[in-house]
Amino acid sequence: MQYEAPQTLDAALSLLAGATGQARILAGGTDIMVQLHMDTTDPDMLVDIKNISELRAITETDGAFTIGAVTTGAELGENEAVKKMWPGVVEGLELIGSTQVQGRATIGGNLCNASPAADVIPALIAANAITNVVGPNGSREVAAEDIPVGPGKTSLAQDEIVVSISFPARGARAGDAYLRFIPRTEMDIAVVGVGISLEVDEAGVCTQARVGLGAVAEKALLVPEAAATLIGTSLDDAAMEKLAAAISAACRPINDRRGTIEFRTDVAGVMARRTAKIAYDRAVG
Amino acid sequence: MDNSMDVGYSADDKELKFVGKRTNRPDGVDKVTGRARFGADARLPGMLYGKILRSPHAHARIISIDTSKAEALSGVKAVVTRDDFEDRDSEFVPAGEMMVNYRDMVRNIMAREKVLYDGHAVAAVAATSVTIAKQALKLIDVQYEVLPHVIDVVEAMAPGAPLLHDDLFTDGVEPKPTKPSNVAKRLEFNMGDIASGFAEADEILEKTFDTKPVHQGYIEPHSCLASFSENGSAELWCSTQGQYLVRAHCSKLVGMEISKLRVTPSEIGGGFGGKTVVFIEPIALALSKKTYRPIKITMTRDEVFRSSGPTSGGNVRVKVGITKDGKIMACEAELKYQAGAFQGSSVQPGCMCAFAPYDVANVNVIGWDVLSNRPKVAAYRAPGAPISEYAVECVIDELAERIGMDPVDFRLKNAAKEGTQTAYGPKFGPVGFVEVLEATKALDHYKIPLGPNQGRGIGSGFWFNIGGETCVNLNVNEDGTLTLITGSPDIGGSRASMCNMAAEELGIDVGLINPIIADTSVLGFNFLSAGSRTTFACGLATIEAARNAIENMRKRVAQLWDIPLDAVVWEDGAARPASSNAGEFEPMTLPEIAKIAPKTGGPIAGHAEINAQGAGPGFGTHMVDVEVDKETGHVKVLRYTVIQDAGKAIHPSFVEGQYQGGAVQCIGWALNEEYVYGEDGRLQNSGFLDYRIPLASDLPMIDTKIVEVPNPNHPYGVRGVGETPIIPGLAAMSNAISNALGLRMSELPMSPPKVLKAIKEASV
Amino acid sequence: MAKQHVTTTVNNDEFEFLCEPKASMLDVLRDELNLTGSKEGCATGDCGACSVVMDGRLVCSCLVLGVEMEGKSIETIEGMADGEKLHPLQQQFLDHAALQCGICTPGVLVAAKALLEKNPDPTETEVRYWLAGNLCRCTGYDKIIRAVMDAAKEMRAA
Ligand SMILES: Cc1cc2nc3c(=O)[nH]c(=O)nc-3n(C[C@H](O)[C@H](O)[C@H](O)COP(=O)(O)OP(=O)(O)OC[C@H]3O[C@@H](n4cnc5c(N)ncnc54)[C@H](O)[C@@H]3O)c2cc1C
Ligand code: FES
Ligand code: FES
Repeated sequence: MQYEAPQTLDAALSLLAGATGQARILAGGTDIMVQLHMDTTDPDMLVDIKNISELRAITETDGAFTIGAVTTGAELGENEAVKKMWPGVVEGLELIGSTQVQGRATIGGNLCNASPAADVIPALIAANAITNVVGPNGSREVAAEDIPVGPGKTSLAQDEIVVSISFPARGARAGDAYLRFIPRTEMDIAVVGVGISLEVDEAGVCTQARVGLGAVAEKALLVPEAAATLIGTSLDDAAMEKLAAAISAACRPINDRRGTIEFRTDVAGVMARRTAKIAYDRAVG
Repeated sequence: MDNSMDVGYSADDKELKFVGKRTNRPDGVDKVTGRARFGADARLPGMLYGKILRSPHAHARIISIDTSKAEALSGVKAVVTRDDFEDRDSEFVPAGEMMVNYRDMVRNIMAREKVLYDGHAVAAVAATSVTIAKQALKLIDVQYEVLPHVIDVVEAMAPGAPLLHDDLFTDGVEPKPTKPSNVAKRLEFNMGDIASGFAEADEILEKTFDTKPVHQGYIEPHSCLASFSENGSAELWCSTQGQYLVRAHCSKLVGMEISKLRVTPSEIGGGFGGKTVVFIEPIALALSKKTYRPIKITMTRDEVFRSSGPTSGGNVRVKVGITKDGKIMACEAELKYQAGAFQGSSVQPGCMCAFAPYDVANVNVIGWDVLSNRPKVAAYRAPGAPISEYAVECVIDELAERIGMDPVDFRLKNAAKEGTQTAYGPKFGPVGFVEVLEATKALDHYKIPLGPNQGRGIGSGFWFNIGGETCVNLNVNEDGTLTLITGSPDIGGSRASMCNMAAEELGIDVGLINPIIADTSVLGFNFLSAGSRTTFACGLATIEAARNAIENMRKRVAQLWDIPLDAVVWEDGAARPASSNAGEFEPMTLPEIAKIAPKTGGPIAGHAEINAQGAGPGFGTHMVDVEVDKETGHVKVLRYTVIQDAGKAIHPSFVEGQYQGGAVQCIGWALNEEYVYGEDGRLQNSGFLDYRIPLASDLPMIDTKIVEVPNPNHPYGVRGVGETPIIPGLAAMSNAISNALGLRMSELPMSPPKVLKAIKEASV
Repeated sequence: MAKQHVTTTVNNDEFEFLCEPKASMLDVLRDELNLTGSKEGCATGDCGACSVVMDGRLVCSCLVLGVEMEGKSIETIEGMADGEKLHPLQQQFLDHAALQCGICTPGVLVAAKALLEKNPDPTETEVRYWLAGNLCRCTGYDKIIRAVMDAAKEMRAA
């Protein structure tokens, strides 16, 4: 295996394009290192993208944030501006692993690892985040929900790199949140994860909402039916009941070492209610 | 267990200087600086790396193993398979509190006719790097005939279940079965008349409980370094709870004389019973014997979970009858314990402990030792006891509730005490269960009011504690310092405890004693650091060695002063004339005696070679408060207190540490830990992300209350404290969750899906 | 497999070595640089026994490639004491008997030191969450948490 750490995006792209055999992108490595150890990956080349400045930057223009793909949980958690605008996204990224993992795990890596249980993906989906992808034929924009296509599988080509993730500007009365259920208090993979982003009007009525749902299907889902239950309400009990029902209906989980179908379906509704309340409180301010 | 044995010591009531004090830990600095050498920290020139090929099947016949391609790979120096280990006769020998059979062990370390569990070793290679060794494993071609498998204990007992061994006939049933089965053994313990006991009861409760196999979860994987010499002798460095048992097992499995194998125990990164048997050590020796190069093998975490020795899961039916006013009249239980792929679960101690905390006239306990396609179990702290006592303590708690009696009072009313006849044999000597329960009642914790969705539970537990063969040397050095040589690996501060006792005896400062854990060539046989025996048995031998050294020093002085030995006494670290009648002599201090030793007969040392008897049983009670999230089934531990009789806490910090660590292992076992198998019989959670041991963030502080009811068979009253703390917490947790929810659960782990299911079922 | 040349700094000492591209930093520290104080409990980021600080960030050395050490500054347990003077955390761990077997101890100490450098006055909950990635099977964490809190107090007073 060859290891390369290019300093520029162009260099990285040509390494990926010119690679013979399997080339993989290395960001924080917290997924790849585990796969290497467990012998579930055996790439011919690793292209470490952490030294590329475009991938590291966090910028803001008129309330619209762009976060470099190799931004780690620890770094994002230290960025007050992003935390204020997108607390749910930051929560999603900061829930990953331990303090140690936080020092390495990147936002782009979590998205591109495409685990059905990834914590940042439902939050990105809820936030209507757009990934900026660059490949040999130029750049394209892809909605966050369209990156993962199945467990560990993405819509990206082997020689494409996610450079950054953009978040739309939005009104003052907006809020997002991400919650997951795990058996312990840390260091667990989500049994269910729910990201919700919403906006309210002056009367506190929800005008817009997006709901992302993780760990209950082969990939994280955008659930418009669930969002629809919130719009036009002030998240009263009846709306919460409907939200939970819509979320549970969207679940198509499996039984595994992390939870049963019944449990996941049930708790997804509970988590959705709790997440919605937090997002709403943040929106109302 | 014979408590009446007189060991010739008497408890000393004078003020103690070191025993009971929180002295410095001699190995402490090296363990906070990274210097201490654990299993994987050793290396030797010319060392090769060993890797093991493991079965991907739960059950399969091995048709062929072709290693030729692996052997041809550059950098590969040797390959071993079943053909490199001679078969052994069926012979049971003690290993910890459990027995092992060499015919089985030779098959467990390397599969012979069949692979019997996912992770069973099939072949091993030695190569110049780990990478090459791993590559070589992929080149070994094993042909399997996959067989149906069975994982669950009850299914394994059912007629028609896939058979692991076609030559296994259940022992202990009459008439002897003519057909083989997965049931290795039936045991029964009886006392009184169970039928009339139940006839006299006003309330009878019968329930069946289920627990899953769990792993000890030590953080240090098994690791060893073996080096065979062309002269037929070998050295082995490894992480173990007992270097002498490693020597015994390895010499047998590899086929060499005991004197030719020198085993050095590394510092040990946790064992809890899991490092009392061998897995990789004989393989490393076999590879070294083929190459005459040092071989290092370190398990991966995945291998630790798949291929070491977790503890049994069990299915336990308990029936208890009581009178209206809370007197237990009859106790009955049937225990089905998983042994794994070979016989020898901990069902026997499980049976013996089940009702031992209570003074009951009529008891009947039946145990079954059952095989299934899982790794062969090893000990895990008080092997067998947590599973049976969990079931009993849940039933006891529910009965107390039924008759409206306080659960502590209920236990107090029935508690075993001095003179209580046990169902498994002996009458108890002085034991501290009543004192433990009284201390429990007095806790502030017991009075704290609970909020909504919160519950409080208590559970109690009993463990025998053991003694056993022990050898200690105490060398008096020329400069007046001492070297204390023991053969028990230090799993949690035992060096400090030994030094406290030696210093107390010698009347010198504890800092003058340097403790060494010997390799097997230095001392005679020592049993394991297990069964809560170290502070008791190794402590007894240390005390005896110190007294022997004192006697030798008194002899030297008597000779020097030319007075009888009787006329010289030892006080405060010096030899003194017994009285003015003995003559006028200035006291001679230990350093003074040491300095002139060459002139008085040469080096001075104390020795002890004993088989320690009279271990004092240990009783404990745990009290826990939990809060349950009723929408998710998540359980949070709010408060936890451990109350246990230590006999005497030689070093209170390490006694507290045993209590706290055991309590948290209970919490893990109770809430989340379990081996999860897929339909294919393969383990699905062989890592710490999905085998969920408790984290710092999951827990509150763990309060402790050390009760001291001395064991009369130890000069300072030591009972041993390592095992009991893993017992009471399972039921305490279950009872607390019951209390919070107003419903009773009867399985472990009480993971969120199970708790939520129980809540839903109760609300229909 | 071509090895790569790496120059790095560990505990203020410069090292040069040839590195197998797949080797983890933990492998390099232990097998190449003979710094066996960092322990391997899992090699998959789950136990924290291999914790080190790299350019000021706490990481699991098993999740970092050896080749990624190039140009980096790394602190391990071996660099924690100053000569024979133990770091206050090390001393508090001894005084509190915050270790039993001691295998988790190097990782816990490195992680706790990183915490106190960032947050000199953490609450008990903050300490517990910061150390959630450091598994200890022996102690039940009680004495570890107390030792960290007391070390923080001692360091604030100094
Ligand atoms: C102990 C532990 C605990 C964990 N806990 C959690 C958890 O709680 N929740 C959770 O969601 N995850 C968890 N993870 C998984 C992992 O940490 C996260 O998925 C993390 O965000 C991955 O980021 P990374 O930068 O380390 O990815 P890497 O391992 O570097 O890469 C992951 C994948 O993404 C690809 N990739 C990375 N960056 C890009 C890019 N910019 N463009 C294109 N492809 C890219 C890589 O090729 C690779 O396939 C845990 C991992 C560990 C070891
Ligand atoms: S060895 Fe790195 S986290 Fe366990
Ligand atoms: S002291 Fe043994 S794992 Fe922490």
